[in-house]
This record gives sequence, structure tokens and C-alpha cells, in this order.
Amino acid sequence: MSCNKTFNVIMAGLGGQGVVKATDILAEVMFRQGYDIKKSEVHGMSRRGGAVQSEVRFGADVKSPMVPYGECDILAVLDDTQTEVVLGKLRAGGTLIVPDDVPTDKLNTPKALNIMVLGAVSRHLEMAGQELWEKVISESFPEKLREGNIAMFRLGRGE
Amino acid sequence: METRLLSGNEAVALSAYDCGVNLGCGYPGTPSSEILDEFSKLGGNAEWEPNEKCAIETAIGVAVAGCRALVTMKHVGLNVAADPLFAVAYAGTDGGLVVLTADDPGMASSQNEQDNRRYAIAAGIPLFEPSDSQECYDMLNAAFELADKYRGPVLFRMTTRVCHSKCVVRRNRERVEPRPSAGLVRDPRHNVTVPAFSRPAHRRLRADLAETRKQNETSPFNFIKRGGSDIGIVTSGIGYQHAREAAPDASILKLGLSYPQPTELIRDFCKSVKRVFVVEEGDPVLYDFVSTLGTGNVEPYDEEFRFGELNVSRVRKLLKHDISPDPVPPVAPKPPELCPGCPHRKSFEVLRDLGCFVCGDIGCYTLGLMPPYNAIHTTLCMGASITMALGLRKMLPEEQARQVVSVIGDSTFFHTGINGAVEMVYNRPKTGHLLIILDNRTTAMTGLQENPGTGKCIDHVTEATEVSLENVLRGIGFDYVESVDSTTETERFADMVRECLAATRISAIIVRRQCVLAAVRNSKMKKN
Repeated sequence: MSCNKTFNVIMAGLGGQGVVKATDILAEVMFRQGYDIKKSEVHGMSRRGGAVQSEVRFGADVKSPMVPYGECDILAVLDDTQTEVVLGKLRAGGTLIVPDDVPTDKLNTPKALNIMVLGAVSRHLEMAGQELWEKVISESFPEKLREGNIAMFRLGRGE
Repeated sequence: METRLLSGNEAVALSAYDCGVNLGCGYPGTPSSEILDEFSKLGGNAEWEPNEKCAIETAIGVAVAGCRALVTMKHVGLNVAADPLFAVAYAGTDGGLVVLTADDPGMASSQNEQDNRRYAIAAGIPLFEPSDSQECYDMLNAAFELADKYRGPVLFRMTTRVCHSKCVVRRNRERVEPRPSAGLVRDPRHNVTVPAFSRPAHRRLRADLAETRKQNETSPFNFIKRGGSDIGIVTSGIGYQHAREAAPDASILKLGLSYPQPTELIRDFCKSVKRVFVVEEGDPVLYDFVSTLGTGNVEPYDEEFRFGELNVSRVRKLLKHDISPDPVPPVAPKPPELCPGCPHRKSFEVLRDLGCFVCGDIGCYTLGLMPPYNAIHTTLCMGASITMALGLRKMLPEEQARQVVSVIGDSTFFHTGINGAVEMVYNRPKTGHLLIILDNRTTAMTGLQENPGTGKCIDHVTEATEVSLENVLRGIGFDYVESVDSTTETERFADMVRECLAATRISAIIVRRQCVLAAVRNSKMKKN
């Protein structure tokens, strides 16, 4: 990745699945990695079980907070019903990650799917090391949930 | 210098804290709601008020006492607060008053996409329009400085993407402590808006605006990013961020202090390029000004781009006068629904099964509109459930009138429903009327804020006097006031509704059960 490119990641799912939480972690990781960051999502009514999308852009100088249509590099979807809704945003040759791409049978709770999928996403964002990812995840959860989420993140990475 | 990743709302809260804002107040409304919660968490003095009119008037009082006040609301909230807004533009205040409006182009969570920059022009109030979180942080401070300089209110317009997008923010100022009150100043010529005082006040206001316009020619918040001379873009707010990505080679005039407009700066910029496009989210407010400056090279306006949010793709199309439809996903995104365990579910099942005509209101319970309930027949604006239903009851034949019920939430009742309750008793319809208050003990839709009925202050911990719905309704003069839990006493609730619809009296049923999300939040807070 050249340093001038803006990298675009979108996560989509349903209200309550932790889309915003997972992308908060992604944005914080890239922020600490030294990138300019913009992150965008819509709050309010959509959070009552409706479709939720969160977009993270990072690079040397990010301008718009929204990923232009058809320019998403990595699209991660937490609920299969939402894949078709957002697929048009993915660029040709971009990476699509769906729940089937991670070992969901090993989830300790369905609530941790966001972090497991984030693990799969992190495989494609090697500019940040695993140690930083796990540090930010640890800081994002209360103590009793840390170990479980790190385990799910590693499973998502295929470890 | 400390840098953080902050949403626009968080950046405003941090800036308010660093500006020494003495009081932050408002009424929650997407996309503005997080500002006061965050300001409170930082240690700022913050409160939720019953409605925006109460909030702005409290803020004006704070400023009359010589202190700094920030009042926050969503765009339609400013309609509720418009009466005091116009009056204080004339009267002015010695302390600083900043009125923050969060507009919702695209209506992610609103009933309209009105553009509140119109209020700046209509009331004669200087207007800031930040385009990212850093500008939110910097401009709020500048807004308070401008308020100090002209002893007048300043309007601060954000939009959904500015409020909720996170960006890197440099905390580039030392915090100043809130200032002490100036004490009582008996100054009726400034603070009493009788005609004799308001006539000179209006002239003062226009003179101040003319002076601000001159100063604004060199404001650091209005700047040119020089590119080629073929295309020039005049823009404000989030439009700037989209435009500089969509047209990296264009010259851009970015207006941050966008009213009163810096006329010469805009005219000179337009003359320096071949073709001028105006990129703005919402109404053609800037366009209407820029296109009348006589430069002759402003591209015609395409109505298409006043609808919905802008984005990079749409700005690219705007620059080509391409008004073809935007891509639509082949499958509609899943719509929101009432949560599992939501107490409103049973209420709407009963009202649907009884064939009621429901005048609804603004809140989570507006989702009673959706299948499988299909149980809401009108929703207009905050508080309209009661008064609109009274109008219907007064015109309809008796049999139909008796099917009409008003359904409103606890927070919305305290907001503007309470006035309708007074009207309900004062000019009672011949058939009487039934008011159902869905009291879920929180302001759920906007993020579980407290309200006058919950007995807690903004921090969810500090005790407040709990305003009793029963006492209010009985005090106003309702003939019948009963409470019920429609989830555990569904049949009793249905019987009560049936009885109230048949009886010719002024009735209120309070359906009381806590929101499941608020219950989870409260139990978490107890554990911590």
C-alpha cells in the first residue's frame, strides 16, 4: 500500500451486533499506527434492530468521512441478509468477509461475532501488528470480557 | 499536543469544557444527543430540559448573568425554540450564548430535512458551519469569542455526518475555568423586549451584522484552497470534505463562518476561476447568495442535490450536472423494529386488535407503525398526538370519534404533550377523549436519556424531583387517571381502553414498564 492511498473498510450488520464497537477498535488501531482517520456511521432509529453500516477510512490525508460508492477495499458483513444490501460498495477485486469465513461454531457467545470477524479483517491490514490489535481490544472491554474477546479475535485470524 | 479520535459531537463537548462553558443544556435529538452526555462525563455542568424552548431560555438567563451557555438540539428542536431565538437576537446578552443545531439531511432519524442555516438569515445571527471534528473543536471557541465581541447569540450548525464521524482532533488550547457570574445587572433597555426598546435593538443588530460581515472578509475560517482556474467550488460544512476528494484539482473557497457572508471574498474568488459550482448539503442557501453577486459564471443549480446527504460520488455528479439516479441496493436494508421485550409491543397489539385510530407521536413507539402492528395512523411532530386527535374528535361522527386515541411517550409528554393535555380538559370534545402515555421511564430513542419523570439528572445518578404523571394529569383536571403494565396485565389494559373509549370523559391510561435497554444500563451502572 502506498502511503498516499486512502484505505477503505466497511462493516455491516444489524443493530445490537456490535458493528460500531468493532469499527471503533479498527479506527483506534490505525490511529495509533499513525494514520489520519475518518470513521462514519448513522445513529438513532437504525439501531433498533435495523441495518447498521460503519465505514473506516485511513491514510495520509483522509477527506470525506464516507467511502465513495464502489471504492471499498474490505467489506465485512456480520449478518448474511445484509450482504446484498452493501455489496455494491465493494471495489472490483476488493475483499468480502462473511460469517462463513470465520469459525462461528467456536464462538463463546454470538455477541462476539463482531470481534471474530474483526480478526479476519485484521489479516488484510498487516500494517498494524497483532500486538497493537490485541492491546486496543483489551482496552475496549471490561476485564472479565478481555480474554474471551482476544480468543475470538485470534480464531478469526485463523490461529 | 494531545491528539484524540473524536466524533464531532465529542469534539464539541471537549471544546465546551475547554471554553469554560458554565452550563450546557438542551433536549436530546438525533444527531445532537451525545454532546451534553459527553460534556457531563467530562465534568461539565449539563442538564436535559423538558424541551428546547425551556433549554434556550435557561441558556439565555445564564448568558444574561454574564456566563457562557451552550444549548444543543436537533434541527426540528430549533422550531420549538424559535420564539426566544428571534427575540434574543435583538436583545443580546453580556455572557456568551451559542445555539447548536444538528440538521439531519437524508432524514436518518427525523421527520424532515429542513436547513437551519435559514434561521441565521431570518433571525440575523452569525453562523458557524464546521466540516469535521477539528473544526467543531476550534469553531466552538471562536463562536464564544464572537458572542463576547458583539454580545449576541451565535448559531452553530452541524449535520449528521459532522456529528457522528470520528476524526483526529488536536486539543490545541488550555482549558479556561467557567467565569463567575457578573451578578444582577438591572438593564431593562437591553433585557426587556417592549417595542420602544426593540426598535433601536433591531438597528443595533443590523449594524453589528454589517460589521461582522466586514470582519468576516478576513476570518481564518473562510479560506481558499487554490487549485486550477477552470473550476472553482464555493462550499461549506461537510460539502467541503466531499468536494476536495471529488475534485482534487479544483480551487475551493471554504466558508466556515458562513453568515453574514464575506461578500468581497466570494466575489473575488468567483472572478478568479472560469466556472463556479456551489456544493452545500441541504437547501441552496449559499447558492442563492453566490449566484446574485453578478460574476456571471455560477453554474445553474440542480434541484436534485438538495435532497438527502451529499457524498463524494454525488459531488462528482453535481460537477457534471449529472442528475441520474444514485445506485440503489438490490435489497432494502432491514428496517428498525421494536426491541424483543419492548413494553410497547403489547400496547400496540391491543390497540390494533381493538381497531383504534391512533394519533401517535415521536419516539421509539413510532415503530408501532410497522408490521405486525400497523397500529399508528398519524405522526407529525413532538406533542401533536394529543392536539391533532382533539381536532379529529371534534369533526368526526360520534362512532368514528370514539375510535381515536392519543399515544405519547413519557419524555415527549413532558416536552410538548403537556400543553395538549391542558387543551384536552379546557375545550373537551363532546365524546371526551383517551390519552395513553407509554411511560418506559426513559427517553429511549435518542440513547436512554433522563427526563422530568425519571427522578434522575443527566448523569443517571444524581437524584432529581420526579414529576408524577398522575399528579400532573389529576391536577390539570382529568376525570380518570389509571396506570397499568400492558405486558403483564394485557387483558386489564384492553378492558381499560374499551371502557375509556365508551365513556364520555377525559381519560388517561399510563402504561408503565421500564424500557429493556434502560433496565440493562441501570443494572450495569449499579454494579459499577
